[in-house]
Amino acid sequence: MYCDECKTKPATVSVTQMFNGNQVQLHLCPECAAQKGVGFFDLGGTSLPKLLGSFFGLGPLSMGQVQPSLVTSKSCPNCGVSLKSIGQDGRLGCNRCYEVFREHLEPTLRRIHGNTVHTGKLPKKGAGKIKLQRQIEQLKSELQTAVVNEQYEKAAELRDRIKELEKSKGVR
Amino acid sequence: MSLHELVKNPTVSWMAADGPESDIVMTSRIRLARNLAGLPFPQHMADHKTAEKVWDTISKGLKNAPDLELTSMNRLSDLERQMLLEKHLISPEHTEAVSPYRGIIINRTGSIAIMVNEEDHLRIQCLLSGLQLNQAYRYADDADDLLEKNLEYAFDEQWGYLTSCPTNVGTGMRASVMLHLPALTMTNQKGAVFNNIAQLGLTVRGLYGEGTEALGNFYQVSNQITLGQTEEDIINNLWTVTLHVLDQERNTRKRLQEEMKYQLEDKVWRSYGLLTHARVITSNEVLALLSDVALGVDLKILPPIPRHIINELMVAIRPAHLQAAGGRKMDTAERDVFRAQVIKNILSKVKEG
Repeated sequence: MYCDECKTKPATVSVTQMFNGNQVQLHLCPECAAQKGVGFFDLGGTSLPKLLGSFFGLGPLSMGQVQPSLVTSKSCPNCGVSLKSIGQDGRLGCNRCYEVFREHLEPTLRRIHGNTVHTGKLPKKGAGKIKLQRQIEQLKSELQTAVVNEQYEKAAELRDRIKELEKSKGVR
Repeated sequence: MSLHELVKNPTVSWMAADGPESDIVMTSRIRLARNLAGLPFPQHMADHKTAEKVWDTISKGLKNAPDLELTSMNRLSDLERQMLLEKHLISPEHTEAVSPYRGIIINRTGSIAIMVNEEDHLRIQCLLSGLQLNQAYRYADDADDLLEKNLEYAFDEQWGYLTSCPTNVGTGMRASVMLHLPALTMTNQKGAVFNNIAQLGLTVRGLYGEGTEALGNFYQVSNQITLGQTEEDIINNLWTVTLHVLDQERNTRKRLQEEMKYQLEDKVWRSYGLLTHARVITSNEVLALLSDVALGVDLKILPPIPRHIINELMVAIRPAHLQAAGGRKMDTAERDVFRAQVIKNILSKVKEG
């Protein structure tokens, strides 16, 4: 079997990809597979925390080699963990660290997860704002469906509810 | 049942092999990482005081859960800790706990195991037999809700549940299945299969988790990404991939039976012979032989051995379980001899039954 991509070399790697919810099987030669980034997600292995730590060195602040000592000496007022130590072992000290080092973490999280917005479970306590936000988004998509289906009465109702929720979000 | 009894018990929930597809899917596991707001993560606790605070908060939080009791790791002997590891209920790291505030909460059947002050303040795990990811999530989710009633979790509006390691941020969830893939391994197809898996944001590990080899042709497949996908998305993704791999393993088994009938029968019977007649045997050898034997039973080449017996064997032949059964400390050479006897004892139950 020849490679689906270059059609000249023999295919040795098979790759399943999702396109619009359909599974597509690709047969590729090693070169084309490497180009397509096969194995990109494979961050496994025992040295993961250290590998992660090294990500912090690539953060925006140290990019132009701006006095790295100044950058890494910053530490969390709650637990005392420094950015330098996080850079070394890839572990944060406490939940406050996530706020204190937010700008450094953002690119790291994007690199690990390909995403920076949580969409999963919410705790019962707290997270009020995001619960409201999700409710608004849900209503908005319902509104769109209502408009498409020409259910204008329902649409008006939904619009009012969205307005109401957005108002209460502003108050918080 | 007390925790000490559960440790000694030859089986825990997942080993019953009563879940769907449990011929190939040994277990489904859901793990949720949770931390308490405001307190340093376990690795960065400067003194026992903070660990104690975490401990107190959690044990107070457990008041409404009579089935869940928090026990300090210090109340378990080294042997008991190893036995919990061999039953896949705690991590290798947790067996080395020194602090008295490192704890474990295990329910009566051993389907729920919550580690306290491991890498995160709470590691809620549910481990079930076969392909039961949704069910496992439901149980873990319930335990999470129950705990949260009296706790305040570290949570960020944008980033979700906050964890010691940024690889767990978001859902804090690791969903995994333990797959027995002898045919795909034998025919050198596992590389291609695992490449596909990596494409979908999943990773493959060995029998005892991170950094361990794939002993006995067991592979643990789990999600890598925890942020930006819902728990449902993650589980559906893993579930779909697992069904796909199951299909490939079953097809390969069928082809092996059609195209290499005698070689396959010979391999399986030889392994059965070695397993039942050896007088000195290492645990890695047992795992390799058991893999062939399980395959032989699945394909009806060998006389039936219930899968729960095979699971029991897999655990009973590990060093700590052996020494507990023997009632004394044994060195490697002694264990290898005793192991051969234990195998015979357990398999004799099948013939009698």
